[in-house]
Amino acid sequence: MAHISLPDESLPGIVGLFNFRPETAGPLQLLAETLLRGESPLTSGERELIAAYVSHLNNCHFCHTSHASAAMAHLGCDLGLIDDIKNGFKEIAVSPKLRALLNIAAKVQKSGREVREEDIAAARAEGAVDKEIHDTVLIAAAFCMFNRYVDGLGTWAPQDNEAYREMGQRMAFTGYVRYPVQADAAQV
Amino acid sequence: MPHIPLPEHLPGITGLLEYSRATAEPIRQLTQFILRGENSLSAGERELIATVVSHHNECRFCTAAHTATADLLIGNTETCEIMKEDIDATPVSEKMKALLKIAREVQISGRAVTPEHVAAAKANGATEVEIHDTVLIAGLFCLYNRYVDGMATVAPSDPQFYQGLGQRLVDNGYNRLTNGYDHLKK
Repeated sequence: MAHISLPDESLPGIVGLFNFRPETAGPLQLLAETLLRGESPLTSGERELIAAYVSHLNNCHFCHTSHASAAMAHLGCDLGLIDDIKNGFKEIAVSPKLRALLNIAAKVQKSGREVREEDIAAARAEGAVDKEIHDTVLIAAAFCMFNRYVDGLGTWAPQDNEAYREMGQRMAFTGYVRYPVQADAAQV
Repeated sequence: MPHIPLPEHLPGITGLLEYSRATAEPIRQLTQFILRGENSLSAGERELIATVVSHHNECRFCTAAHTATADLLIGNTETCEIMKEDIDATPVSEKMKALLKIAREVQISGRAVTPEHVAAAKANGATEVEIHDTVLIAGLFCLYNRYVDGMATVAPSDPQFYQGLGQRLVDNGYNRLTNGYDHLKK
């Protein structure tokens, strides 16, 4: 059971929290949409892999599995490959550039201060441009928020990968925005 | 020096938010609501949560900026200074101490928050929305701190800079200034 009384306890992970506080759901969903499906030199599949990987490092089962499932949907991979993210990408085709960016994301997961000049240089040597480095750092940082939000409030998560199949399809192809951004948050 | 070229007149987070306006928009909206929107926690109390998390993430820029903001809203500088060393000794309500302890756990990991931490906050009168908002503010600053330091943005050493920034955050909040930031160019 979550640490707070959610209006619908059957909704897992962040979905139950969106329902509890629609005022924050709007901007949080818009952030996920912009980061993972908005304009970027990285594909949505690559960005979902970064999100899933950081969530795994944060030990957040719900975010890890749901974003891994979204990544599989984008990449046209079987759901059976989800666990490959935990195993360090042995089977999923990951370009040298993405591997260097995943290394930066792993540093960000520990602390922003862990990212070194040489990590950035390694990504640039594989062809990463400014915006790709920026987006990687911000996605990794954002999932350090989302993961803490989901686990810090003690939400529940389905265990089996299979339970995330439809969710991943929806995240990948329908997107994240369901709650409107409230006017008072958008203005001033 | 930042890892990517950023506007030199905008150190810390501001340059990043101007570099990527599309991603900045929802981050600003979330921050404006959760730190300045209608809430049973005062804006000063919410800035304390932002400060304690930034301090333990060792993010110099965010710690200095939110300390300055909290100091202005609360009206003294001791509260933040004591809080950084010892939450129990901080001159705030018992409820606020329990919420700051939850924030401190969130800084470590979401999974570090136990039912006991939450029960202590509730026993001291914290509402469920206050607990929710504490966790989300703490999570949000884990984003900001990593964004600011992960991109190696500049943290000015002049304390006056943070006084000015704190005042701007008290006066204008977190939405983008209507006319942008060109007036800050020297």
